[in-house]
Parts: sequence; structure tokens; C-alpha cells
Amino acid sequence: MLENLFVGIAQWLRALLGGVGVPVEINEAIVMLVKLVAILVFILINALWLVYMERKVAAYMQARIGPNRVGPKGLLQTTADIGKLISKEIIIPKKADIAVFLISPVLIFVPTLMVFAVIPFGKNMAAIDMNIGVFYLLAIASLSTMIFWMGGWASNSKYSLIGAMRVVAQMVSYELPLVLGLLGVIMIVGSMNMSDIIAAQEHTWFIFTQPVAFLIYFAAAVAETNRCPFDLVEGESEIIAGPYTEYGGMAFAMYFLAEYANIMVICAMATIMFFGGWHAPFGLTFIPSWVWFFLKMYALIFIVMQLRWTYPRIRVDQLMGFSWKVLVPLALANIFITGIGMKIYQAMGW
Amino acid sequence: MLRTQEYFLNFGPQHPSTHGVFQIILTLDGERIVKGEPVCGYLHRGIEKLAEARTYTQVIPYTDRMDYLAAMLQNLGYVQAVEKLMGIEVPERAEYLRVISGELSRIASHLIGIGVNALDIGAFTGFLLCFREREKIMDLLEELTGSRMTLSYARIGGVADDAPEGWLDRLKKLMDEMPGYIEEYQGLITGNEIFQARTKFIGILSPETAINYSLSGPTLRGSGVNYDLRKARPYGVYDRFDFEVPLGENGDCFDRFLCRMLEMEQSVRIIQQAVEQIKEVDGPVIGKVPKVLKPPKGEVYHEIESSKGIIGYYVVSDGSNKPYRVHVRRPSFINLGYLDEMVRGYLLADVVAILSSIDIVLGEVDC
Repeated sequence: MLENLFVGIAQWLRALLGGVGVPVEINEAIVMLVKLVAILVFILINALWLVYMERKVAAYMQARIGPNRVGPKGLLQTTADIGKLISKEIIIPKKADIAVFLISPVLIFVPTLMVFAVIPFGKNMAAIDMNIGVFYLLAIASLSTMIFWMGGWASNSKYSLIGAMRVVAQMVSYELPLVLGLLGVIMIVGSMNMSDIIAAQEHTWFIFTQPVAFLIYFAAAVAETNRCPFDLVEGESEIIAGPYTEYGGMAFAMYFLAEYANIMVICAMATIMFFGGWHAPFGLTFIPSWVWFFLKMYALIFIVMQLRWTYPRIRVDQLMGFSWKVLVPLALANIFITGIGMKIYQAMGW
Repeated sequence: MLRTQEYFLNFGPQHPSTHGVFQIILTLDGERIVKGEPVCGYLHRGIEKLAEARTYTQVIPYTDRMDYLAAMLQNLGYVQAVEKLMGIEVPERAEYLRVISGELSRIASHLIGIGVNALDIGAFTGFLLCFREREKIMDLLEELTGSRMTLSYARIGGVADDAPEGWLDRLKKLMDEMPGYIEEYQGLITGNEIFQARTKFIGILSPETAINYSLSGPTLRGSGVNYDLRKARPYGVYDRFDFEVPLGENGDCFDRFLCRMLEMEQSVRIIQQAVEQIKEVDGPVIGKVPKVLKPPKGEVYHEIESSKGIIGYYVVSDGSNKPYRVHVRRPSFINLGYLDEMVRGYLLADVVAILSSIDIVLGEVDC
């Protein structure tokens, strides 16, 4: 019952619309729309709670209590914050490129929302089951570089510009190890379809066969989302807030929420590629598959948050060096060894 | 061929890591610093001029407002200067209380120093953990002086009041715990690979330059120059304590940071010894001082080792009850003198690391 909760809702909706004589095409379109709205609402609400979670994790790591006034245990703190930010005026700098300045905080959410379309949150629970799912996700996710750059450039402020330059340099450098890290898994599975990748992990998760790939992916992914220790883009002690320096009110909040949505994407991706997706470990199948997916995803998000509050920020030249001198060669070596291993396995007839 | 050009960046006065309202006009080539021109004065309140219109005792609270992180040391420098001018004897118990509260101030100031250094490099947790212990010290100082930051505890001829009952025991307890906390910071901040990568061999200051530019405090000792006034020219009762002067090797940001960290350990040692020794000393905490202070005509210069460096007070008396002129040698201000050359050639991110390794307080820079 719980296992097929969401799938059941979709089927019930289809049956309902079919029953009143809606044509099949329109019926499918409505179901798709409902799915997308559901994902949209889910992401936004999740981002809100992630901000709360981040603040609580930080507080407990720093011997504080954290938000505890608004709502029970402070659970409504971010909601209140967003309410405040919505009611604030968005100040536009005098020499800013107004159109680009205003559109980039809206656009920043687009790639994030688009990638969620292919993520399978549970058994049969991907909005679209695409045969090049991984490729699509990586391609779309790298679009956000452009939007950060747009925001930074349009602000016409030097801090924003430095931040925007850093975004481009960082994202381009870390895109490579990110893709190369995932390549090991794709080689073993032989497919870019996320459902296939998850199916291949029914018995053994890829974290055990591809541990190096996971570490490379994770480091690169944390850098992709501009999280500490790779948060040079925001680097508040150096360039104030990077591309968002000139943004206020809800425009800033959009960037802020997009960051948390991106964390969700990279952790969902890691869950799919390395932690068996929605597969239940130890045969604990009585817990629904989507619950497992979220448990794994939140465990990874927790790790990302702990990293953020433990490590200092690295410098821009060290950041580049780490990507090109450490991660990329390591990823290439990993692909090489994976290839040899696969051939040996095949030769042995496994 | 692409044409590149240098550009200016107003680093401050409203910037999260200039420790207040300090401005550096940076000339940048990409992210590399070509020139960094420090601009100060945004927090100027004219303390030196104000002092001319106050009686000698009334000047004490103004000294609090300079380096508000280590207010006791600022008080101490001033009152000792006036005592020197008038030839006032200070009771022994007061001397010990001065040492204890002074060293507590020093630890509190260094906790901020290392915490902010970590924060500027991006480690927020290190910063807040330092605040946790600072809070305990603030509580103790509040019990002793009635105030948390602007202590105004020192008086000409002694200190304001004796320690309340049981205070020395509570102090001893905290000082016994302190080495454990310092170890925690060492693990979280000093031992961190990224922190070391960010601070080692950055902002190198040679011993010769440090002396030539008259730098002092941990900024000087980070370069390996063994000059601590508490050892070199002991004032008060500092000659009765056994402590070491931690020194750096390379004179980089990391050494300056480490000097502060190790100095805290030494301050803890001094306080522990003082708590033991004060038990045998009884008597008043303020000496025989006339109601109206009228120092004889003349001038005096007295300097002590503050948490940021050597703070010196130059007081000129014209025989009236108000100082004719007070000038303060503020270590934060003088330590900033070499900033421009120190940041040249480094990256933008190094500027904040270098600036916070000098550990300035804007109240003192601008006075």
C-alpha cells in the first residue's frame, strides 16, 4: 500500500480522468502536469527545511541551540525568513543591466527543476524515465554556471564580477572530474538510464566496487554546488557574497534556495549512482522504496553539511590545482583500472 | 592579443572581514594584489583630545574604548604611566589582581584573534568555539569588575575592588580546564590541512623588517624576534612569574596565529601562579592616593605589553588636575604600517588572512 502510494495516486488520477471521457493525450498531459507540480512543491518545501536543518546542524556543532523560537522547535524559522524576504524591496543597482539582473534569480531554479524530472525517487517513481538520464542530468546541471555568470555580470559590481569569474573557473574545472568519476559506474552498467543503474545495484552497491569514483564524484559535486570547503564563489570573508552581493530580498532568497535544491540534486545523484537508489539494504523491504531513497539522500546531505561547518575555505589557486592535479588524474586512473577489471572479469567468464 | 588592465577594489570600510570600519584600497590584477593602500580613521573619536578635558581618573574609561577586547591592559598602561609620573606606590595585592585581570583580558583577546583568523579563512565553527570560552572569561571579569568588556577596573594607585568571595577558586577551575580547550582549538584549527595550506608561507615578515617598522606583539614574535616587555623590561610583578615567550620561525600568517595560541597557554600559567601567590598577600587593593590628583609638572612615557603589542602612554602634566596632553602608541595602528608591502603579490583571499593575522582592533587603530 505505502510502497505504491504515489504510483497509486497517479493511476487513480488516470482512471478518474479516463472515466469521465477525457481523451488519452490530454489525460497524460494532465498527469504529467500534476507530477511536475508535485516535484516543484516538494523541492521548494524541501529547500526550506534543508535551510533549517543546516542551521540546526551548525548550531549543534558549534555548541549552540540554533533556531528555536518560531513554531515548534523553530521549525517555521525559514518559512518566516522567506516571508520577510518576500516583503522586502529588491534594490536594483543604478548601473545594473536590469533585465538580466532580474531574470537570473528566476532562471537559477530552472536547471535544478529540470534535473529533478529524471530522478527516480522510488520504484517506478521517476517523472520521466529517460535512456540518457545521467547525461541529461549532467548537461542540464552545468547550465547553472551561465546563470551565476549572468547575475554576477549584470550587477555591475566588482565583487559580483570576481565571484562570477570564480564560478566559471570553478564549475568548468570540476565538471570534468565529476563526469569522469561517474564514468566508472556507467562503464560497468553499460547504460545511462537511471533505472538500469539502480537495477544493477540490487545485490552490490557501487560504493563497494567503485569507492574511488564515489570520493571523486563527491568532492567534485560539493565543489559544483559551491559548498564549503569549495565555497569560493560566495567566500563571504573575501568577496562578501560573490555573484549575489547586489541582490536583496526574494532575489537573494532564490539563489539561496537554489543552492539547497542543488545539494539535494547531488546527493540524490550520489544515492542513485553509488548507494543503490531506492533499493532496501539487508532485505528490509517492508519499508517503502521511496523512504529508503530519502533516508540515503538525507544521510549524504548531513555529511555535506558537516563538511561545511568543519573545514575552512581553500584558495582559488589551490582549488584549481586540486581539480587538475589530483581529481582528474585520479578519475582517469579509476576508469583505466575499471576497464581492465571488467575485461578480466569477462575473460574469467563471470 | 587580449588587453588586460588593473582595477581598483574598495576593500571596506563596510566589508565583513576588515574587523570593523577599515578600508584597504586594493589595486588588483585579476585576483592578484598589486598594491594595497590602508585607509583608517572611520572610527576616530578623538580620545587623545578628550583626555585633555578630563581629570586624570576620568581618562580611564576612555582607554577601555580603544582596544575593547583587552580593556584591562589598556587601563593598566594608563594608570601605570600616571603612577610613574606621581611616584605612587601600588599595594601588592592590587598588583596581583592587575596581573590576573590583565592576563584574562589577554586570553579573551587572543581567543577573538585566533577565532576571527579562522573565520576569515572560512572556519566558522572554530570562531564560535573560541567564543564559548571567551564567554566564561567574560563572566569571571563581570564578577570581578561589574562589566564585561569596558572594565575600567584599574585605578590610579591600585584596582577598583578586591575579588569577590570564591572568585579565585572559580578562576582556578577555569584555568585548569583551559589547556583542554586550547588543545581542542589546536585540533580543529591549527591541525587542519586547509588552514595550514592557507596560512603557511603567506604574508612573510622578516625579523629585520618587523623591527624596522616597529612592529610589536605576536606580529613581531611570529617572525622570531624575542621581545616581550613582560620579560624584557618587567613591570608590575611580572618578574615573579615563570613563563616562556613563544616565537615563530618563518614569520608567516601561521606563525603569528600559533604565537597567539601558545601565548594563551603561557597566560594560563601566569594566572595559575598568580592565584597561588595572591593567597599569601593580604591588605588593601588601592594605595594612598590624594583625593584630587595633581601630578607635578613634567612628562612621562610608559609602555606595557598589550595583547596586540606594545601599548605606550605619553602623559604630559602642567601641574593642574587635567593632563595637558595624552598620546597613545597604539600597537594595532603601528602594526598596520607594513600591510601594503605584506599583501603585494598575494591573492585577494590572502589579504583577509594577512589582515586577520595582524589582529587589529579598529577602536585602537583609529583611537
